Amino acid sequence: MAELDTSSGGSHKKGPGVKKGKKLSTRIDLTPMVDLGFLLITFFMYTTTLAKPKTMEINMPFKDKNMTEEQKSKVKSSTALTVLLSKDHRIYTYAGIGDDPTKPPVLDPINITKSTVGLRKVIIAKKQEIDQLKQSGVLTPTDQITVLIKPDTNSTYKDMVDVFDEMTINDVKVYAKVDITNQDRDFIKKTQEANGIQ
Amino acid sequence: MARKSTNIDMTAMCDVAFLLLTFFMLATKFKKDDPVMVVTPSSISQITVPDTSIMMITIDTKGRVYFSIDRKKVGDRDVADARLGLIRDMNEYKKLGLSDQEMYQFQKGAAVGVPFSQLKQYLSSPPAVQKQLDAQSPGIPVDTSADAPDNELAAWIRVARNNNPFLRILIKGDVNTKYPAVDKVINTLGGMKIFRFNLITNLEAVPPGTAAYEDAQKKNG
Repeated sequence: MAELDTSSGGSHKKGPGVKKGKKLSTRIDLTPMVDLGFLLITFFMYTTTLAKPKTMEINMPFKDKNMTEEQKSKVKSSTALTVLLSKDHRIYTYAGIGDDPTKPPVLDPINITKSTVGLRKVIIAKKQEIDQLKQSGVLTPTDQITVLIKPDTNSTYKDMVDVFDEMTINDVKVYAKVDITNQDRDFIKKTQEANGIQ
Repeated sequence: MARKSTNIDMTAMCDVAFLLLTFFMLATKFKKDDPVMVVTPSSISQITVPDTSIMMITIDTKGRVYFSIDRKKVGDRDVADARLGLIRDMNEYKKLGLSDQEMYQFQKGAAVGVPFSQLKQYLSSPPAVQKQLDAQSPGIPVDTSADAPDNELAAWIRVARNNNPFLRILIKGDVNTKYPAVDKVINTLGGMKIFRFNLITNLEAVPPGTAAYEDAQKKNG
């Protein structure tokens, strides 16, 4: 009778009185684990910054207190473009280097711009002008556009970086950050007055 | 119609979840909180900032200057890392009278932006007080001339470069930082015959129709 009993269980034959162990399912509920997983993913996603910051390499003109006038690099006035950075992100430009007090820079209302897009137009125009001068033989083929960047004290770091970036964008090989002169400040003032800028 | 079970197999989902988790865990790099938030301007430059051998000069909106270097040691000096080497030399050079514990605080800390006179107090304070001090601090004193005795940034740069001459100099300025503050830092570097450095920027797209755009087009074929 006992033998009959065990066989009816459908499992292996076991001795009389041996309790059949309850067969556990190998499946476990993974829901809490998935919850935890996604919680951690969310955390790490928020804390991760995937984009590494970029940098822009800048070379400043070599400067030395003991440098003589002859050692200083000379810029041809015909290839130079001066960019003045001033208040309210305004950019003023004029052709030449503006070192001659007898010939003050020419006022040109087109050359005031609040965006670097305006500056881009000025640079492209200047480049074309230089190309024409090269063709007519006034300039030698090695001459290229030289941009002097003069940030005023009321401009911001962003203005400076934007203009440096504009040099890269327009493939201007020679550019330098130069200290602003009082003549340049006068020029800004006159331009502002002429154009009714506060 | 047979009623289907609502239980679904979670194994696959679990796999994906943990795969993503692993990815983000590895991609995350915990770094020390900078004492100030700086919003960098953008440029088209694609050079990424290296992780090691860097010296970072941060200039915040108010023109305050902060200084930090990375920890990677160069050379066979008997120090745990570059930051410890720097603060030890600085301690000696400027006679700061820092204890080992204070130097350890500098070693594991982030950028500093306090004058030397406040450095000991700053490093011996708990993080909460340090935050407070950062808020009041005038930043590292800078001058237009690198030789000025109160140009402490020049002292930091000098000592850091003495330990590792190949340190790459990064300037991180805020969009609204006024130009004179930046000019002071650049002049300090110039006074030390450093004319090449990097400005940290965000990446922006190259505007179409420009020389750089055409160049990029050519490169991409």
